[in-house]
Amino acid sequence: MVAQVQVLRGRSALPLAAAAAAVLMVLILVPSYFDTYQVQLLIYGLIAAIAALGFNLLLGYTGLLSFGHSAYFGVGAYTVAFVAEHLGPHSMEFYLLVGIPVVAVTSALFGYICVRHTQIFFGILTLAISQVIYSLAMKLYWVTGGSDGLRVPRPALLFGALSFSSPRGFQQFITLYYYYVLAISVVCVLLMWVIVHSPFGKALQGIRDNEVRARFLGLRIRWFRWISFLVSGTFTGVAGILWVPLNGLTTPDVLYWTYSGEIVFTALLGGFRNFTGPIVGGIVFTYLKTYAVASTEYWQLLLGVVLVTLVLVLPTGIVGAISRAGQRLRQRRGAT
Amino acid sequence: MAILTIQILNSLLYASVLFLIAAGLSLIFGVMRIVNLAHGSLYAVGAYVTAWLVGRGIALGVPLGWLFLMLPVGALVVALIGIVIEPLLLRPFYTRAEEYQLLVTFGLLQILEDLMRLIWGGTPLSADTLMDVLPIIRIGGLYYPAYNLVVIGVGVVVAVMLWAAIYHTKFGVMLRATSQDRRMASALGLNVGLVYVVAFGIGCFMAGLGGAIVVPTQAAVLGMGVDALVIAFVVVVIGGLGSLKGALVGAVVVSFVRTAGIQFFPELELAVLYLIAAGVLLVRPTGLFGTA
Repeated sequence: MVAQVQVLRGRSALPLAAAAAAVLMVLILVPSYFDTYQVQLLIYGLIAAIAALGFNLLLGYTGLLSFGHSAYFGVGAYTVAFVAEHLGPHSMEFYLLVGIPVVAVTSALFGYICVRHTQIFFGILTLAISQVIYSLAMKLYWVTGGSDGLRVPRPALLFGALSFSSPRGFQQFITLYYYYVLAISVVCVLLMWVIVHSPFGKALQGIRDNEVRARFLGLRIRWFRWISFLVSGTFTGVAGILWVPLNGLTTPDVLYWTYSGEIVFTALLGGFRNFTGPIVGGIVFTYLKTYAVASTEYWQLLLGVVLVTLVLVLPTGIVGAISRAGQRLRQRRGAT
Repeated sequence: MAILTIQILNSLLYASVLFLIAAGLSLIFGVMRIVNLAHGSLYAVGAYVTAWLVGRGIALGVPLGWLFLMLPVGALVVALIGIVIEPLLLRPFYTRAEEYQLLVTFGLLQILEDLMRLIWGGTPLSADTLMDVLPIIRIGGLYYPAYNLVVIGVGVVVAVMLWAAIYHTKFGVMLRATSQDRRMASALGLNVGLVYVVAFGIGCFMAGLGGAIVVPTQAAVLGMGVDALVIAFVVVVIGGLGSLKGALVGAVVVSFVRTAGIQFFPELELAVLYLIAAGVLLVRPTGLFGTA
């Protein structure tokens, strides 16, 4: 781990930026070569990536395992549904404008309670609080539709400049929404990159690695954890906000604690010790789950086996394994 | 008055089952420092196995009284599953970060949930014949199935036996020693691996027994385990993870709050439970009786 960090620091950011630009180019070209279904799937993947990216600020950089991130995803989703039903304009920007503050306030509130604990108690507390939201969504059916959930119509994009009510609206919506989500994903990734490489991000990693020493240095540990929780929950909430118009429906399923488990799974699949891990994990998990669901009725069994195997043999996730293999290759080349 | 008595009995019935689940969870955490997310699913396996065995027994014409033997058999099957799981899946994780332990048990949960669907399908599996074998008694003008009293009795007996086993037997001393300091216990010559297997087996047995005794009163359905786990979490959080007394008190508190909740504020019943759990964690992080 330490060696890896030094290697990263030793290289300049230029090849990294070049690689990111290449990936972005490929992603931009996707809708012109693949059909609507594949594009739709990739949107789900990008959204899962944003959710996991936010989650990983807590797990990977702050060292806190939340088992309740479904709450922030779900609060984002339900806020959009309420806005669509009760407030005026069906506009994506309006959804984001209302949704982000709501999610931020929710995560600030829950975070304030949860960061008093660490380790297993933190996990259980986040789980318990997320289940409060779940049971409210389930039981207050006259507001939330109970287990039926709430429908959300297709919103207009870019301040109403693009609307999709024509018969061919669906294809258009998917293509344009893809670019919309891609743009927001890029913003999220850049923002998170800045956060984890800022002094604030370094402080979080310091707290993660050695809490006592961080306290000796005069860091207000609980405050740092709280802000980290707030940012983390908000990112996951943004994913929820983006997810609803695509899904067209929000149900209490996204609030249930097993959904939090899927977010954890996603981050681990990609590798939570790497910045890019959760992004890769989000996209791979979406494809994995979609094809598992399509190919067998017992997809959960398949995912469970994958998860157990992953934890047993590949604990650093996909990105961790690749970077380790790359490192080994480089070393061998250096030796000869 | 009779209604009150029945509500209290119903609470105790629920408390008995909850205690069995939560005490197993707590025991496993206390000894092995693992929060077993698959614990609820093991409870569901107990319910399914028992219901299936009872169904087979009826089909084969076994005398109805003998079918009660299927309850401990169902629990033993779950204990066997636990004895296989511990060395195979959990042992590699004791030295690693606890995130991985949570994840591996989460994976196990997914596997068990779908295995139950694969084996028993989506239709609920019922064993209410056992409930009909026992008479229905009158409590102040109202009718109440005697089987429910059996469930309460099983809970009490198991609680006493577990307490006696942990505090008044040699194995109990070994268990507590391992729980307090694993390396020291090992250095003093205790077979820690064996203690872990047995502790995990007992924990699973209790979860399985909870499922076995509950299945005559309500059919085994998919998802019952996942729901039960979250309630069991509330119990151990209130009582304190790793504490037997805590599991008992937590189970009683939760079941009475829930029975009252269903009566008076059905919409908020679950939310209130989680809020109590969150409140206890804030005031006393280790629960009412926890020491960890």
